[in-house]
Amino acid sequence: MAKLNLVKALNLALLQEMERDQDVLVMGEDVGVDGGVFRVTEDLHRTFGSRRVIDSPLAEAGIIGAGVGMALYGLKPVCEIQFSGFAFQCFHQIENHVARYRMRSQGRFHVPMVIRMPYGGGVRALEHHSESEEQFYAHIPGLKMVIPSGPRNARALLVSAIRDPDPVVFFEHKGLYHAAKEDVPDEIETLPIGRARVVREGGDLTLIAYGAMLRLAREAAETLAEADGVEADVLDLLSISPLDRETIVASVRKTGRAVIVHEAPRSFGPGAEIAASIMDGAFLSLEAPIARVTSWDVPFPGFAREKANVPDLARVLGAARETLAF
Amino acid sequence: MPRTILEPRFQVEYLSILDSDGNLDASLEPDIPADDLKRLHRGMLLGRRLDERMIRLQRQGRIGTFAPIKGQEASQVGAVMTLRPTDWMVPSFRETAAMVWRGWPIEKLLLLFSGYLEGGQPAPGQNDLPVTIPVATQLPHAVGLAYAAQYRGDDAVVMAFCGDGATSEGDFHEALNFAGVWHVPVVFVVQNNQWAISVPLKKQTHSRTLAQKALAYGLPGLQVDGNDVLAVYVACREAVERARAGDGPTLIECVTYRLGVHTTADDPTKYRSAEEVAAWERKDPLTRLAAYLQKKDLLDEGLTESVDAEIAAAVQRFEAVGTPDPLTMFDHAYGEAPAHLAAQRQALAERLRDVGRAAPDEATPPSPPMRGQRASRR
Repeated sequence: MAKLNLVKALNLALLQEMERDQDVLVMGEDVGVDGGVFRVTEDLHRTFGSRRVIDSPLAEAGIIGAGVGMALYGLKPVCEIQFSGFAFQCFHQIENHVARYRMRSQGRFHVPMVIRMPYGGGVRALEHHSESEEQFYAHIPGLKMVIPSGPRNARALLVSAIRDPDPVVFFEHKGLYHAAKEDVPDEIETLPIGRARVVREGGDLTLIAYGAMLRLAREAAETLAEADGVEADVLDLLSISPLDRETIVASVRKTGRAVIVHEAPRSFGPGAEIAASIMDGAFLSLEAPIARVTSWDVPFPGFAREKANVPDLARVLGAARETLAF
Repeated sequence: MPRTILEPRFQVEYLSILDSDGNLDASLEPDIPADDLKRLHRGMLLGRRLDERMIRLQRQGRIGTFAPIKGQEASQVGAVMTLRPTDWMVPSFRETAAMVWRGWPIEKLLLLFSGYLEGGQPAPGQNDLPVTIPVATQLPHAVGLAYAAQYRGDDAVVMAFCGDGATSEGDFHEALNFAGVWHVPVVFVVQNNQWAISVPLKKQTHSRTLAQKALAYGLPGLQVDGNDVLAVYVACREAVERARAGDGPTLIECVTYRLGVHTTADDPTKYRSAEEVAAWERKDPLTRLAAYLQKKDLLDEGLTESVDAEIAAAVQRFEAVGTPDPLTMFDHAYGEAPAHLAAQRQALAERLRDVGRAAPDEATPPSPPMRGQRASRR
């Protein structure tokens, strides 16, 4: 057991999986000697050499495309895209091939690949370094899409993603990399992909979040308990796709009220699918319209204005109180 | 400071062994055993006859849209005959002759072009990727396969195909760059058939050759007469041997011509002249090889009939395939269907059962199984 931040926890997952399985490779820009711009792959090249920890040329389609070939051969590449905002340069490889090879070859081939990407705002970064694009990947059949919220579940989810026979897009919030340390056990842990976690229980309201927004949801729940005497369920989705509709629906059937918090822009975002799933499964239990607290439907506005764009505690509380008062 | 030349001027080799008038450069003539020459001829003829049969099938509405290969038989079969079965072949979408040579059953290809994904399933152990349609996107896969082969210590070589249009795509350049940096055993075969649908080569690139694009990435690029199967064979054999020996990747540009349509939905009279096509018909790779074999007394009697019979038997097997079970579409999206997908499968299964109960006629498609796609009238 060691207290690790998210960066070190991810590093531990990679180290242990590479020790366990010769077929696991790491590839990306600056992942070798430099250890990745966020240091997630730090020192792996020392342990495993440059053939397994590949400093690739600077070309996202090349990274994912070559990764597809490696995966078709039977290897398990863990590809790093330096920032999620650059992944559009390999989006065609992800949609056209990573997600489809099992289908196209009718099961003869599959792509056991992990695509890691830092995402999210609030870190005072340049354009294309602050966006949240999980909805694009969650929408593609054939892919899985996970977003951890802290060091321990990040480590366990990354291990599960590496072992998953299907391709997994793995988002890491930049704001969480160094935000907190958690006890992470030495022995390998996994978490089932497609399962949400109930991190706080209450009967009055369901707060649904993931990634860096989980902290807001938890803070909102604590504030509501103290100031309003309202007890909220807080759900950490962990997987965006497959979405754990069962856990979401079970909670809303109990509470009758739901607030969804995500950093991605609102329209056609994950909140829409979550809300539709609640309508499918808990319509008769609803006491109020489902609320969404999200970034606005604008291109990411630059860090001088990002606080007004990314959801904050006041907006989550506002939405929760409106829902409760309905 | 003076201006200095950093690199010597590059050269691109052009290889031609048997020209369109039947002149042979005996000093370059490869020593291909008689049986292999006959097999080669049969493979090319099969490619041609299958192409012609597929066009008729498409016009009759019995298969869907496909990309004919007529005129490119030498560039395809001459290239893949240098591979071992354990090597890998990565096609684009116009490699029917090469795919059949590599062991794809003809009926599978017909299925593929009839909308059945079953047609894209390689046999167990068959080291071929299925048809890839987005242009040039298969090339990085070839580099990854080659990296993996090298990583595992296998001596497999990967051969990837693309066309002249593909050389304008970013994935082409990324693949060449990665292959050069990683020094992996891959051979890129560019079938320069002069036309990317309606866009001629001169609008595709300002480079004198496509082969020279390899030089920028530090790998050899060679241009060959792609309608001269001996030249294609010699160039590819050298490249494959070099790759297998650990000497890295090669790009081979086969200068050839698409004698037919881009796909069966295309009308080339809109963008190119009959004279141009006629000029290339005089360079037909099959006529050239047949004349060469005639001189060696290696032309088999009844070859066309034998090839046609093989195709006819495959068409029969293809047409015997029944109506597809819609529910299998859920089987290969994931290794194991997630809950929402299992529920969707169940919903469709119930609907199909209800339709079957309500009106038995509606449960069966109104047309025969292979006629699902609208035939082009062009």
